[in-house]
Amino acid sequence: MRAYQVDRDANPDPIFSRRRLLATAAGLTFAVSLRGVDAIAAATADGPLGTAWVTIQPDGVIRIMSAATDFGQGSMTSLPLIFADEMDADWSKVRVELSPPDEKLYGNPGFGGIMYTAGSNAVQSYFKPLRMQAAQVRRVLLDSVAARWGVPWSQLRTEPSVVVDKVSGRKISYGEIAAFARVPSKLPEITESDLKPFSEFRYIGKDVMRIEIPSKVDGSAQYAIDVQLPNMLYGAILRAPIEGSAPQTVDGKAALKVRGVVKIVRLPYGVGVLASTAEAAFSAKENLKVSWTKTTSDSFNSDQAIDRYAAAAKNLGTEGKIWDKDGDVDAAFSRAKIILESAYRTDYVYHGQMEPLNAVASVDQKGEGAEIWVGTQAPGYAVKAAAQALGSSPEKIKLHRVMTGGAFGRRGHSDQDFLVDAVLLSKDVKRPVKVIWTREDDVHNGRFKPMTAHFLRAGLDENGNLIAWRHRLSSDEALAFQDPARFKFFGEKAILALLGAEQPAYDLPNRLIDHVRQEDGVRLSSMRGVGNPPNAFATESFMDEIARKLNKDPFEFRMELLRKSPRGQAVLKAVADMSDWKRGRRDGQGLGVCFRDEGGTLVAMIAAVSVDRKSGEIKVHNVWTAADVGLAVQPDNIAAQLEGAITYTLGAALFERITIKDGQVEQSNFYDYRVPRITDLPDIEVKVLPTDNPPTGIGEMGGNVTGAIANAVADAIGVRVRQMPMTPDRVLAAIGSSSGK
Amino acid sequence: MINFKLNGKAVGLDVPAETRLLWVIREHLKMTGTRFGCGAGLCGACMVHVNGERAFSCQTSLSDVKGKSVTTIEGLSTDRSHPVQKAWIAERVPQCGYCQSGQIMSAAALLSHNKNPSRAEIVEHMQTNICRCGTYKRIIKAVERAAREG
Repeated sequence: MRAYQVDRDANPDPIFSRRRLLATAAGLTFAVSLRGVDAIAAATADGPLGTAWVTIQPDGVIRIMSAATDFGQGSMTSLPLIFADEMDADWSKVRVELSPPDEKLYGNPGFGGIMYTAGSNAVQSYFKPLRMQAAQVRRVLLDSVAARWGVPWSQLRTEPSVVVDKVSGRKISYGEIAAFARVPSKLPEITESDLKPFSEFRYIGKDVMRIEIPSKVDGSAQYAIDVQLPNMLYGAILRAPIEGSAPQTVDGKAALKVRGVVKIVRLPYGVGVLASTAEAAFSAKENLKVSWTKTTSDSFNSDQAIDRYAAAAKNLGTEGKIWDKDGDVDAAFSRAKIILESAYRTDYVYHGQMEPLNAVASVDQKGEGAEIWVGTQAPGYAVKAAAQALGSSPEKIKLHRVMTGGAFGRRGHSDQDFLVDAVLLSKDVKRPVKVIWTREDDVHNGRFKPMTAHFLRAGLDENGNLIAWRHRLSSDEALAFQDPARFKFFGEKAILALLGAEQPAYDLPNRLIDHVRQEDGVRLSSMRGVGNPPNAFATESFMDEIARKLNKDPFEFRMELLRKSPRGQAVLKAVADMSDWKRGRRDGQGLGVCFRDEGGTLVAMIAAVSVDRKSGEIKVHNVWTAADVGLAVQPDNIAAQLEGAITYTLGAALFERITIKDGQVEQSNFYDYRVPRITDLPDIEVKVLPTDNPPTGIGEMGGNVTGAIANAVADAIGVRVRQMPMTPDRVLAAIGSSSGK
Repeated sequence: MINFKLNGKAVGLDVPAETRLLWVIREHLKMTGTRFGCGAGLCGACMVHVNGERAFSCQTSLSDVKGKSVTTIEGLSTDRSHPVQKAWIAERVPQCGYCQSGQIMSAAALLSHNKNPSRAEIVEHMQTNICRCGTYKRIIKAVERAAREG
C-alpha cells in the first residue's frame, strides 16, 4: 500500500468513516480548524467529530493530513513536514493522508478559506497556522506526561516522537502517550513565542524524500485516468469549439455504427459518446456530425485583434481601471527631462499539462449522489460542481483523491468543466463513466493565458533618475472566466493579468499602472505565473531600454532601483556573481538580466543566448537564477521548481502560441504547438538564498525568465523583439527593421 | 486471439488487431503505469519496450506485437531496483510524475544499447519524451548516474 494513501481496504469510505476510524484506532486525534481553537475531545464516539489534522496511534504511527493538491510541486510533503517538525514528530513514523474537501477544516488561508492550490502560496499560507496547531498538539503531549509523572511540563522536552524529563532522563514515546492521553476540550493557548526558532528545525531546511516519488518511478501512482471500476463505460465529448455555442443538429448515425458504442448523449455544450472501450469512444466522437449555434465570438481572430489591444493600451487619454498608483505621475512627467515610450505584446498560451484532462464519475441510481475521481486544484469546487450538475448538494458527493498529471492553473476553475463531463454522462446511464479528453480535445477545449498588449512610458530627470512610471495593460481577464464569484469579490479588477506589474521592490516614487479590459469570449485561465511572465517581458525589457538610454549597465541600473530593498540587491548581486556578469558578453552571446518581486519572493535571472541572424532562431545557453524565498522548507525542491518553471516558460518566451481564427483554436497537438523538449534545455544554475523571513512561494517564480531572455536577445542582435513568443520570423522582422536598441 | 508476452508472461487477447497497444495495456489489461499523453507518437508518455527496443505504444497496434515480448514500466523491476529507477529516486526526478514512466522506459532502452552515453547522446535520445514540469535537467543527471552506478 502506498504510504501516502488512506488505507481504503480498512476504510473503504474515507470521508464518512472518520467516526469509525477514531473509535477503533484508539489513537489520539486532534480535530481542529485552522481558524480557531475548536478542540474536540477524542474518544467521544457520538457527535460530529469532524476530520483530524493529526492522529497519533499507539503503535507510534503519526497520520498527518495534507490539505493542498500536489501536482509535482511537493506540497503533499512540505505541509505535513512543517506540522511534523513543529510537533517534534519522527518523520519516519509519519504517514501522510490527503484531506477530504472539508473547507472549514482544511481551507487555504491564502484564498479566504477555500481549498484551492494555486498562486505558489500553499507553504506561505499554511506555514504559521500549521505550526500553531502542531505546537498545541505538542503541548498537549507534554501536559499529559506532566500530569502522569507529577512534574511541571516545563521540566520536559521533546525529541522526535519522544518526551524526555530533563531532570531524570526518563523517556516516553508519543505512541505510548496516545494510549492514555486525552485531548482537553480547551486546547492550551499557544503564542508565536512558543514556536520553535528556525534554528531548531530538524527537517525544515533539509530535504526529505518527497513521499510519492517512489510511486512515480514504478508506474503505481494513480491518476484519475487510471481508475478502473466494475461496469464502467468510457466517455468522449465533442465540445462546442466556441464558448457559449451549443449543438444545433446532431447526426450520430456513423458514430453509432462504431463497434462498442453504447449511446450518444446530447449536452448543453456538446455531444457525448458512451462506449465499452476508450478507443470506440474516441472513434465514435470522430464520426459525429454536429453543427453548432452561432455566437458573438464567431469572427474573432487573435492575430488581428491584438492590434486593437495595442491601440487601447497606447491610448492613455481614455480611462483605465487603476491597479497601482503612487505619488503624482503627471507632475513627475511634466518635470522629466527625458521621456521614453515603448510597447510590447504577448500571445495566448496553452497549459499543455501531460495528462490530458479526464475524470471518472459514478452517479447513483437516484441520480442525486456520486463518487468522483478527478485531478483538481480545488476539491471544494469539484464537489460543488458535481452536485450542481446533479441538481443535488455537496454532501452527496464523495471525492476520491488521485495524483494530478500537471495542473499549471487549468484545474482550479469553479466550473470544473472536465469533471462535469463525466458526471453528466454517468447520470445519463447510471453507470460509472470515465471521460478522457484526447490531446486534441485538451487543446481545442483549452483555456488560455490571455493575450496582452502593453504600453509603457518612463520619465527621467536631469540626473538620470527614473521619476515617473506609467504602464497600461490591455487584455481580457482570466479570473472573470474561470471564477466569476472571485472576480466579483476583487471588485472586477484584472488581478491575474496585473500581478507583479506594480514591481514592489523597485523604488518608483511616481507611478500609475492601469488596465483596459477587452472581452472577446475566448476561454481563459490562470496559467503558471499568471501575469508575471508577460509583465516581466514588458517591464524588464523596458527597464533595459531605459538603462541603455542612460548608458548604464542594466545590472547597476537595477541595483539603484533596489535601493530600498537590501534583500533584492542581495539576490541581484548573487546572480551577477554566479554568471560573472561583469565579464560581459562572451562567445558572441547576448546577456540579459531580469529582477522580479513576485508575491514576496525575490528572484533575479540572467540569460545567455545566441541568435542565428539567418534563421531567426534563438538558442538559450544559460540561465542563472538566484532566489530569496525566506525560509526554505525543502531547498532542493525549491531549486527543482525554479528549474521547472524556467524550462516551462521557455516555451512561452520562444515558440508557444495559440492562435484563434473565426473564434476557433487553430492548434491541435504537439506537432503544431511546440513545447520545450530536453534539446531546448539551457544550462540552468540555481542558488537559493534562505533568509529568516517566513517562507514565500516558488512554484511559478521561474517564469520571470521571459525578461532575462528578452534582454539577452536584444543584447545579442541590437534590436528589441517586442512580441512574445520571440519566434524566428519576429526576430528576423526586428533585425530587418530600422529601430535600434 | 493475439498472443504476445507481457513482462515475461504469456497473454492472449481477443481484441481487434488494430487496437493500439496503449489501450490494450491500460484499459484491457488494466496496467496503467503506461501513460496516455498525445496519441500521436509525439510526447513519449506511452513508451514501452517491444523486443527490447523502445516503442510508442500509441503508435503500435496489437497485431504489431503478435509473438513478441513487450515490457512496460511495471516489468522493469518488481521493486524499483532497475538502475534507472534507483537513479530517478536518488536524483528526485519526478514532479507531477505523469511523463516519468515513458521517460524511464526511454532511458532504460538507451542504456541497454549504450552503457556509457555522453550528455549529447542522452539529450539526442531523450528528445522523444516531453516533460511539461521541466525535469529535464534531473533526467540527464539521473541517466548519467544510472550509467555510472549500474
